[in-house]
Amino acid sequence: MNHYMYSKRNAWSGVLFGIGAVAFIDETVFHQLLHWHHFYDKSTTNIGLVSDGLFHAFSWFATIGGLFMYADLRRRSALVRARWWGGFLVGAGGFQLYDGLIQHKLMRIHQIRYVENVILYDMVWNILAACMLLVGFILVYRTRSSQGAGKAYSNVH
Amino acid sequence: MYINSHLHHYQGTEQQHLAWIVVPQLLLALPFVIALGVYIIAAIRSNPDKPWPLNRIVYWCIGVTSAVLAITGPLASLAHTNFAAHMLSHLLLGMFAPLLMVMAAPMTLLLKTLSTPLARRLTRMLKSWPSRLLTHPIFTTCLNIGGLWLLYTTNLYSLMHEHIVLYLLIHVHIFIAGYLYTLSFLYIDPVFHRFSFVYRSIVLIISLAGHGILSKIIYVQPPSGVSLDQAKVGGMLMYYGGDMIDLVLIIILCSHWFRSTRPRMVWHPN
Repeated sequence: MNHYMYSKRNAWSGVLFGIGAVAFIDETVFHQLLHWHHFYDKSTTNIGLVSDGLFHAFSWFATIGGLFMYADLRRRSALVRARWWGGFLVGAGGFQLYDGLIQHKLMRIHQIRYVENVILYDMVWNILAACMLLVGFILVYRTRSSQGAGKAYSNVH
Repeated sequence: MYINSHLHHYQGTEQQHLAWIVVPQLLLALPFVIALGVYIIAAIRSNPDKPWPLNRIVYWCIGVTSAVLAITGPLASLAHTNFAAHMLSHLLLGMFAPLLMVMAAPMTLLLKTLSTPLARRLTRMLKSWPSRLLTHPIFTTCLNIGGLWLLYTTNLYSLMHEHIVLYLLIHVHIFIAGYLYTLSFLYIDPVFHRFSFVYRSIVLIISLAGHGILSKIIYVQPPSGVSLDQAKVGGMLMYYGGDMIDLVLIIILCSHWFRSTRPRMVWHPN
């Protein structure tokens, strides 16, 4: 019963944590540990800086908020693992694709790495993102609670 | 460069030293020392049957201490010439100290300690429209983040080091704005005009973005009188230091949501 009621929250908790996880990995692994990209790129436009700032703040909040939502689902015995992971992959893949296409290429905030054949890195980054997004959507779709069940429940209520 | 040359000429005379180091540090530290004493006395004298929580006293002590460390002693003196030291002192005064002092719930303690008529009068004040404005998350964001934008993107930063009154006002503003800002997102003390978690979360994200964007702007466009090298260190300190304090802020906000949405036991009479 709880599974139907909290179906949306399962997916959203995963999406939020997925966004946060990718942003966190990007920041710690590629920036802090490997020094592949810079804190600030000279070609960054003002709108790029605003978009980057908003996304950074949002992903920081999403990481923590997503985990609290996960704890809430556990407490209610309403966690649907497959659906949560589906949401996670949608969030992670979606953010990575947005980062790779819009922030890196369109807004030119920074590159993945400052080397000659950056196109290779871009392709790995974006194809991986698209795969995560696709698998995520399939999982979310397959774990959706059917309309009939949802209605039956609300009638009982 | 500007600030350095300015420093040289006041280090020369005793009077200048008094005006620029001793007086502002004493004036700024005094209210905090009084606040520490009043809080501890109130905590001891509050209801003996139900003692005031020790962790709140600890928060208050650490909060007041970090504010005092930011405005007096070696850090405050170094902050006149070193931008990274300035930024560290601002993190302590504008973010860390307010966060801990809000967590210490001073208004709750005050309401418990005051006599009933006085407590009623205070409650009436807290319900008035000025206090509604001062605890509105959008207003406090403008006050806090907007104030920082003014300070670092105009020549206010170099003016602050020339006029002592301006220096005092800005430092008082940084603390009060930081305190009201924290208060308007975390409902630990009684807040009579409340906003939903979603509302506060959205405003918080926008304001954190404003802080992050400003730190990257400082990184490339140093405030007047600051060298590029120092601006880079200061900007990164502001960005990552801000993230660390925001982390605590977000965890507390989310844990309040977690507590408020807990499933309640429902009793079905048959």
